[in-house]
Formats: sequence, structure tokens, C-alpha cells
Amino acid sequence: MIRHLLSGADLDADTATQILDTAAEMAAVAGREVKKLPALRGRTVVNLFYEDSTRTRISFEAAAKRLSADVINFSAKGSSVAKGESLKDTALTLQAMGADAVVVRHSASGAPHRLAGWVDGSVINAGDGTHEHPTQALLDAYTMRSRLGRLAGLSVVVVGDVLHSRVARSNVLLLSTLGAKVTLVGPPTLIPVDIAAALAPGTDVCYDLDAVLPSADVVMMLRVQRERMNDSYFPSAREYARRYGLDGARMRRMPGHAIVMHPGPMNRGMEITPEVADSPRSTIVEQVANGVSVRMAVLYLLLGGNNR
Amino acid sequence: MAQPSAARSSPPRQPSVKVILTSADVQRVVDRIAHQILEKTQGAADTVLLGIPTRGAPLARRLAARISAFEGVAVPVGVLDITLYRDDLRRHATRAVGPTQLPPGGIDGRRVILVDDVLFSGRTVRAALDALGDLGRPASVQLAVLVDRGHRQLPIRADYVGKNIPTALAENVKVTLGETDGADEVRLYAGVASS
Amino acid sequence: MNSYLIRNVSVLGAAPTDLLLRDGVVAEAGPGLSAPGATVVDADGLVALPGLVDLHTHLREPGREDAETVETGSRAAALGGYTAVCAMANTSPVADTAGVVEQVWRLGREAGLVDVQPIGAVTVGLAGERLAELGAMADSAARVRIFSDDGHCVADPRLMRRALEYVKAFDGIIAQHAEEPRLTEGAQMHEGEVSTRLGLTGWPAVAEEAIIARDVLLAEHVGSRLHVCHVSCAGSVEVLRQAKARGVRVTAEVTPHHLLLTDARAETYDPVYKVNPPLRTATDIAALRAALVDGVIDIIATDHAPHAVEDKECEWAYARPGMLGLETALSIALDVLGPEWDLIAERMSRTPARIAGLTEHGHDPAPGAPANLTLVDPAARRVIDPAESASRSRNTPYARMALPGRIVATFLRGEATVLDGKAVK
Repeated sequence: MIRHLLSGADLDADTATQILDTAAEMAAVAGREVKKLPALRGRTVVNLFYEDSTRTRISFEAAAKRLSADVINFSAKGSSVAKGESLKDTALTLQAMGADAVVVRHSASGAPHRLAGWVDGSVINAGDGTHEHPTQALLDAYTMRSRLGRLAGLSVVVVGDVLHSRVARSNVLLLSTLGAKVTLVGPPTLIPVDIAAALAPGTDVCYDLDAVLPSADVVMMLRVQRERMNDSYFPSAREYARRYGLDGARMRRMPGHAIVMHPGPMNRGMEITPEVADSPRSTIVEQVANGVSVRMAVLYLLLGGNNR
Repeated sequence: MAQPSAARSSPPRQPSVKVILTSADVQRVVDRIAHQILEKTQGAADTVLLGIPTRGAPLARRLAARISAFEGVAVPVGVLDITLYRDDLRRHATRAVGPTQLPPGGIDGRRVILVDDVLFSGRTVRAALDALGDLGRPASVQLAVLVDRGHRQLPIRADYVGKNIPTALAENVKVTLGETDGADEVRLYAGVASS
Repeated sequence: MNSYLIRNVSVLGAAPTDLLLRDGVVAEAGPGLSAPGATVVDADGLVALPGLVDLHTHLREPGREDAETVETGSRAAALGGYTAVCAMANTSPVADTAGVVEQVWRLGREAGLVDVQPIGAVTVGLAGERLAELGAMADSAARVRIFSDDGHCVADPRLMRRALEYVKAFDGIIAQHAEEPRLTEGAQMHEGEVSTRLGLTGWPAVAEEAIIARDVLLAEHVGSRLHVCHVSCAGSVEVLRQAKARGVRVTAEVTPHHLLLTDARAETYDPVYKVNPPLRTATDIAALRAALVDGVIDIIATDHAPHAVEDKECEWAYARPGMLGLETALSIALDVLGPEWDLIAERMSRTPARIAGLTEHGHDPAPGAPANLTLVDPAARRVIDPAESASRSRNTPYARMALPGRIVATFLRGEATVLDGKAVK
């Protein structure tokens, strides 16, 4: 079993499938009388969040608590971190506290990699800069598998600000590993250079959303920040929405079984219209629920045994 | 599992294998347990069989099939994976979690009979009892095992025992079933137990 | 004053001979010399090179004496075979006045391990807004001839033109850090496959190439001398090749790390590999090596950039860019060029001395030449241990690598600064 989860590339097909299968068992716990399992009793999970992300932190917290782990929330605000403590010193503190796992969210790409070099426990990347967010990709894959029954052979279209998206990178890596075909769509300014060579050779890039919708099984919309237009990535929010936003008319051009995903939080009216977001094809609420199950699976597989 | 030093200090010898139950024996034993359950539960009313993976699950299905054949009673069968309740998780690499399937109607207020292949230390049954407590509140819980080999480490005993096999701690009892291993048989291996 | 009799040394790879160093010069050269009273240095198997000259060194003093001082940097330089280094201006305060450059120059003299030639800032405070008092620095005791805002690009084309023109009055040269700032905002590493994978903001090669292209045209237009710092990409080589073919007075340097390491090093997110300009691709390395051999790139300069531990033991994005280089440069040159001693002397001593106007340096060891030289054991291989560095910092990218060659001795004006591989003081 892997020791850390820093990147979608850390997971081979067997391990990723094992996580998804375990998550399915964990999901059953949510429907039980006692929503708790004793597997991580006596283990300490630290949520180390340098960026505000209440939804991700709560999801990890619920996952750890359902497995009976002790959870310590260490947010950068109002802590020694705000007073300028270095990541390394924070790592040594967590180490001294006996953290078995550190769930880290950080604005700097690669911060979880650095942390993994300084602590004995497992490090789980809960989103680092513009790099990766592997548990988001796992919950997305889980959601696709639940809705569509499989991952191999699926055509997944990821639309939007791929350049700045950690969700996109992790999804490309994981979905390719699991046999799905990923097509990245967005304005050329927001598609990073050499993306297929960098992540997965089978990845396609297309600048025309309408061209790929009729053959898509999954359309995943990424959050696009309006401020990007100030950096000339695109001229205006209106033009962006017109070319790359998903509205009802575009949604109806998707095959009948195809689903719409969004990692949240959404910019309604920008990359997605309310009609689409609230439609039965939308999995946005399921994604949140599945997040807890998938994170339980990850925590159990990293911490549930003696993997040293 | 830690072995007492007495077991380790016994002189080394050639590993030997002894067949304790043949395929026909296993079938007879399952039949007997099915009869005992019917007898002890007044016709298996309000009873649920929960098999503990790996080999408890097919055993539970066989018991249900035999009970149905003998008395025409359909006993609900489920599977109870106890991995997440084990007390030795940290002694091994992470164990894969198996499915838990409760029969329709659940376990609340019913008589649950846990089914496993071998009763040894009792720790598996302890974990199963903990798991049951988190799943609901049965009226009562009983235990059926194909083989009881002794050496209990917890105050646990079985209600239905297919065969008592006196063993040395260092010996190892291995059950194989058609569903999981291709053939029914119970063997006793000498030497250091691989547990 | 000591005198040294160096026995059986191969000058630039030639047949072994003896060298007598006396009164600051190479007094005699030839086999079987005798010199009563001289300290004998057994140089059997060693190669003598003119003392190396580094056109690009960060000594951090004044301001960041926790990372390096003129003295510790000088010692690292001597141990690397250098007899002269040019100290970059991005200190705190910035070396943009006669006072600061004279201070650095004086500290170098006091350390006495290498000649420390200060470089003056082009603009006040490196801010890129108005010219520093270039003439005052040129007229100071430090006699500054090279001016650079290194660490920052002189991005404003009008300011760059003025600077190039202005320094003609005292035969000065502008050393440009070629980086178009708008194209590299927030940049963390080479823009390419690896930056895409790592989610680190890319530093596109074109940001360097565009500035070099502009600057060679400006230098041509005003008829001035331009030096391009740390050329890092294949495209820059082509721009320089064309400019030189047209007769533009441009020289260029490449660092040891850009000759050896690729952007794949960033995969670890260890900021010891973070440097500006960033490590690039194998294609760039091949082009840089070829240009170094054919002379489109004139010299190897270290861009020795010491950083305190806390500035490197952190997140990549928060780390300061830069690597140590003085103690490993010759080994990298040997690794890259092989035992081409004349070429090494040309690229690491004679040409940088000529560009910097350091007339005492860059002379092959021969009777009458200033006794600035270094002795190399080409057969040695050493595994780089950051803890052994004479620099006050530890940010070498070559840790645990086995590199060829070892400096055994270095002489500055006939006095040993390094003997038996150890600094004399």
C-alpha cells in the first residue's frame, strides 16, 4: 500500500480500484444507525489547511471521525503559521504531536511533497496550488462509476481553466489510469503547454466545446475565476460563458445518459447555468456525499494497517 | 498471532498433513448443524444467518439451503465483513475491506446466527459482535462453526459446532470449500501455525 | 614573500615541467629547476591552469552575511581554482554607489583570497527606473567596469539604451539579466512539460530570447558592449550566433548548472533546484554545450548564489532562486568538455578576464606572467557533500553526485591561497 497520496500518479489501476471499492463499502456506513467504524481508533489525523476550504476540510474531518480517528484541525489563520512559522517547523510540531496522517491544503504547488519529507506519518494532498487534488479526482471517478457503471472507455470532457486547475490535473492522471478517455476543452490561453506529454499521452485538447458534446459521457465543468480576464486569459466573462459555458441548449446536445459534474464551488452564470446545475444530469450534490466515502477509503487504506 | 514459547521450543519435525473431514464428512456436518439450528430455534423462525468472510459466507448459504430442504423454511442470509473491527489491523499491511450485506428486513429484533469456518482464539467473533452492535440490535446472537479447535483467548463459545478438533497451538486447521477453494475438506497441518 | 617551486606540473596538459613562483610572478619555467628556500609543491599528475575568473558571483555582503560574506565566498572561490571573482550588485544596500562598491572591494582585499572586483548596479536600487552613478563607481577605488542589475532585467528599452551608451565613456559593459518581466510574472520554473505536470508557473524561453534579441540590436545601434548573463536556452544561442556574425560587440556566459541539469530536477519540489533563469531541457543543454565549444557562448560563469537554509527549506514557490557554484564549476566543465585544457582556460580564465578588464588575470603560467594559477588533479573523483563547502550556505545542486577533478592548489600573485586541497587561511 502507498504511504502518501500526493498525486493522482501515485495510484496504479489496482490501488485506485481498491479505493473505489472500499469507498463503496464506506458509503454503506452513512446509512447505518451508528455511522462510525472503529478501524482508526487511536490514530491522529491532522487537517493542516493553509487555504480556506471549509467543504474539503469538513469532508476529511467527517471521514476521519467516522473511522474513529482523533482529528486535529490546524488552520493557518490565528495560529503560529500566521505568525510566520515555516512549513518545516510546523511539520516538526505535528511530528512531535504524533500525527499519523496530515491532510494538507496549501496555496503552493508541491507543499505536500515537501511535508512528506519532514514527517513520518502519511501525507494526503487536499489540494496544492495549481498542482493536484487527488481525492477530488477519486470522488469524481467514484461518482462516474456509480452513475454510469464503469470508467473504462468513458469519454470525459473537462472544460475550463485547466491551466490553474488542480482538479483537472488529478482527473487526467487518474481517469487515464482507469481507462477513460479525457478531452480538455477551453480557450488556448487556459490550456497548459504539453499537457498530454506531461500527464497522460492519450489526452486530447479541443478548443470547441460544441464539437465534443455529442460524444461525451461526462462533462466536467471547472470553476473559472472572473479575475482571469484581467490577465488577458479571455476578454470578458460574457464571451467566456458564450464560448465555454454549459447552458441548457448545450446540455441537450449531450447524449441522453451523459452526466454533468462540477467540483464546486460553482460560478452560476459563468461556466454553468442554473438550469444545468440543478438538472437531473448534474451530480454536484452526489459528489459532495461521495467525497466523504472516498476520503474514508483513502484514510483507511493509508492508516488502517502497518504500512511502514 | 503471538505464540507461547512452549510451542516454539518443541523439537522440529517433518511437517505432516492429516485430513480431518472429507468432502462427505463436511456435508454431513453441515446437515447436522442445520438440524440443530432447527431444533434449537423452534424451526428457525425470525432467524438470520450472517456468514463471516471468507468461508463463513458460503457456509451460511449452505446452512440456509439445508434448512430450506429439511423444513421448507426460507432463512434470510447475509454477509458480515469484520475487517474494520479487527483488533490486529496494525499488525499487518492494510487488509482489503469486503462487502457487508444484510438481508432485507435487517437484523433488528431477530435472532442472528453468525457462521464461520473455524473457531480458534475467538477474536473474529468478538469483532463480529462489535460490528453487529453498530448495524442494529438483534434479539439474540448465536454462533455456528464448522470446526472448533480450542485455544480460546476470549470468553466466547459456539452454539453449534460441526466438529471439535483437539489441536496443539502450533498446529493449523485449514478449511477448504467448493465455493471458495474448489473442494470441501478440513485438514490439520503440523508445525508452526501460519495463522 | 614566499616562493614556490612547483615540480612536474603539466601546464595546460603539456609535458611535465617545473614552475618557480617568486615576487608575484612566474619567475622561471622548465624542467629540473632548483630554488633554495622555495616551498616545493609536488605536482606530479597535476595540470596547471591560469587562475579562474568568475564574471558572476553573489557574495551577499553587505546585507546577507548569514548566507555568505566576501571572505567565505572568496575562500570558496579559491578552493574552486579562482583567483578573481566579480561580485554582483544585488546586495543590501545595493552596490549602486561608489561607497558600496569600494566597501566590497576593500573587504575583498582584506580577505586576500581572490581579487574581488565589484560589479555596479545599472539603476538605483536595481529598481529599473533611473541610472545609478555609473561614472562615480567607475572612478572609485573599485574601478568598476561591469554594470548589472542581475536578479532583475533592465527591461525598459530606453533605459537600457541609455545605459549602453553612457558606459562607453569609460569602456564599461552592461551585463544583462535577460528576462522579460511581464512574461515571467510569478514564474517558478521552465515552461514546458514538467511545469505543466507540477503545476508551477512557467518561465518561457522566449522571455529570455526576446530581451537578448532586443539588446543586441540596441548594442549594435549605439555601438556599445553588451554582456549576456546566464544564457539558458537554445533560442538565445541562435540570437547570439546571428548577432556575432553581424559583428555586434556581445559576449555571453553560461552557468555550470545550465550545462548539466534539466528541469526534471524540479520533480522533487526541492528548491535547491530552483534558479533564475530556470533549469531547462536536454535540448537546451545540448545547444549550450555546442555554443560553448564553438564560441558563440564566450565563458562559463558560476552565478554562485548562496542562500540561507531557511530560504531553501520551504515551499518551492517561497524559496529564493539560486545555487552554489564556485567550488564545483571546474568539475562541471571537466565533465562537460573533457580534459580540453586550453578550451577550459579560454572559457573560464582568459576570456572572462578580458571581458572584465582584469589585466592581471587570465594569463597562462609562463615566465613573466602574474603568478595567478591553479593546480588541478584531473584523475580525482569526488562525491559532493554540501557540509564540506567553504561557502556559508549549503545550496549546492550537486549533493551526492560524483564529479571529476579536484583543485589541489591555487596561487594569487604568487602566494598560495589553497594547498593540498585546503584553504591556506
